[in-house]
Amino acid sequence: MSKYRLDYLDHLESEAIHIMREVAGQFERPALLFSGGKDSITLVHLALKAFRPGKFPFPLVHIDTGHNFPEALEFRDRLVDEIGERLIVRKVEDTIKAKNLTEPKGKFASRNALQTYTLLDTIEEFKFDACIGGARRDEEKARAKERIFSVRDEFGQWDPKLQRPELWNIYNGKIHKGENVRVFPISNWTELDVWNYIRREKIALPSIYFAHERDVIEHEGQLVAVSDFIKLDDTDVVVRKKVRYRTVGDMTCTAAVESQATSIDDIINEITATKTSERGETRIDDKVSEAAMEDRKKNGYF
Amino acid sequence: MDLLRFITAGSVDDGKSTLIGRLLYDSKSIMVDQLQALEKQTKNKQLGEIDLALLTDGLRAEREQGITIDVAYKYFATPKRKFIIADAPGHIQYTRNMVTGASTADLAIILIDARNGVVEQTRRHSIISSLLHIPHVVVAVNKMDLVDYSQDVFNNIVIDYAEVARSLGLKEVTYIPISAVHGDNIVEKSEKLGWYEGPSLLHFLEEVEIQKDINLTDARFPVQYVIRPQTDELHDYRGYAGKIISGIYRKGDAVTVQPSGIQSKIQRIELGGKEVEEAFAPQSVIIHLEDDIDISRGDVIVRSDNQPKVSQELEVFLCWMDNKPLTTGNKYLLQINSRVVRSVVKNIEYKLDVNTLQKEYGVSTAGLNDIIKASIKTASPVPYDAYQQLRENGGAILIDETSHVTVGACMIQ
Repeated sequence: MSKYRLDYLDHLESEAIHIMREVAGQFERPALLFSGGKDSITLVHLALKAFRPGKFPFPLVHIDTGHNFPEALEFRDRLVDEIGERLIVRKVEDTIKAKNLTEPKGKFASRNALQTYTLLDTIEEFKFDACIGGARRDEEKARAKERIFSVRDEFGQWDPKLQRPELWNIYNGKIHKGENVRVFPISNWTELDVWNYIRREKIALPSIYFAHERDVIEHEGQLVAVSDFIKLDDTDVVVRKKVRYRTVGDMTCTAAVESQATSIDDIINEITATKTSERGETRIDDKVSEAAMEDRKKNGYF
Repeated sequence: MDLLRFITAGSVDDGKSTLIGRLLYDSKSIMVDQLQALEKQTKNKQLGEIDLALLTDGLRAEREQGITIDVAYKYFATPKRKFIIADAPGHIQYTRNMVTGASTADLAIILIDARNGVVEQTRRHSIISSLLHIPHVVVAVNKMDLVDYSQDVFNNIVIDYAEVARSLGLKEVTYIPISAVHGDNIVEKSEKLGWYEGPSLLHFLEEVEIQKDINLTDARFPVQYVIRPQTDELHDYRGYAGKIISGIYRKGDAVTVQPSGIQSKIQRIELGGKEVEEAFAPQSVIIHLEDDIDISRGDVIVRSDNQPKVSQELEVFLCWMDNKPLTTGNKYLLQINSRVVRSVVKNIEYKLDVNTLQKEYGVSTAGLNDIIKASIKTASPVPYDAYQQLRENGGAILIDETSHVTVGACMIQ
């Protein structure tokens, strides 16, 4: 019966497609949150497999902090153009102006936290009842306990103690008006699974995932790209290094890693050999407190 | 490389968290920064070695109380397999969490403290494993270091547990003596347990045959979504999107749509945009039928030579998961795969004591974590299979119509 044996990537792929189709079948106004990172690019690839030759039953939504890597934005526009799907962009900049929000200060003033306001406004504006995201349970402790269908109240808040039991492959997407569900089709994938899948499916990625020369400063052991969005001090030493990104978030809160990897194979080799977790190595915003993610999620963050 | 999902059942006292920590640590799935965080916390708590149990503590609310309140999912891989661990707390007030974690598990690790042997909790975890029909059970006799690695102690526990397994009809049971704290028989075989001839725990997890657990006989395809592009060149395209939950489908197969009973033939099957001659569980595909018939989400396409049961009267084992009690006569939505129907719990036959298997008759309500035998009537016919025969088409959830919360898990008999 070996003919009917599937590779683990096939299992994960089929599970993710199943979850996306549950969203299509259960919700009136879903959306796919697209950041331009490898996880959301993988989601787009899975959506193509789930719905082609039909159109996606949801638009792609990008919450733009204004602090993006230009390479990621170019990639986003090219991808949307290629697949011919609808893209909605809402800018954190506009929310800051409209709501008179205070910009965070400091060396790496990150708009990561402000993103939540724009996201919640966008959900309200379009009356989205489900938002698909690329979060994975291996990323972080709080994520490890979140459901695949994660119900949020009107304020986008997650209550870990009031989660619905999720059994078999049955997803309960019933909600009240004003509530919405965050849906995570690749919950059960690890970082390495995503890379192996990208390799197998030959999925194109923004160039910053591959080793390139860049001006960076070293900050508490992490390499941060020099850009208009961070403040340099007199003590900062700008060096040019060959780096790549393991995750793509804001330029202010995503660190680079030194690398020589120019192909997906190289990247997989480097990740297999690495001794630091994805978030630990590349996210500047997670170090603030041990429960940083738990707190942000409770407040409506992804 | 394939995929094994397993659940660990036991309490903190049995060393469950330490066992998981040990599996992750020894399979090198823990990164330096995660270890550093661990060291920091360990210092705060007590002196000495890193407390591997902390690896599985998730939320701050839990850390503060020193307990686990919910199922956490952990991942690791060896060159042979990818593993997904559902880490569920073991106390009786968390029966619903164990049921949740067990619902997708291929295998359960039931932890026994070598000093205590088979206890009430062991029976409870075994009863749940049996009710949820987990195909494989590993009885890990932990803390062997505290009983001088005694073969007699281990053998006596095996004899005791074999009786439990027999009474529950658990067939594939494997016994492994371990010490999670010291790593004995976790990844490598331990010299201190030289009398034990079987594999280490990890080795067993890597080798246990799970392919045969996928049912390739009873073909079931619940329709999730109908794809109709309605463009000029794809004007007549009408594809049924879903996941094959069991069985094999081939082009030309005679099929029946349930519950309507309408018959047709498979015209073609698409997998990831490509046409294929056949497809099988658990692939997600698009199926096209030869006839233009009315099919929508919630219908199940089955092979005509192998039919599920179709009924409005269901006998179920039901695990109640809500704080609000269940009372006979209450109405709920019943969801089985993509099908949602209104239903009423007509009668509670008995309540099952999950520690002793004793039946309590004459009850009319069920509370959080209770397991009952009940009969349910649905507003329209439901295609299903007996849970013990086909897990994928015999499990259903109950949803409260007003709160929308998932309140019950049904194993249809």
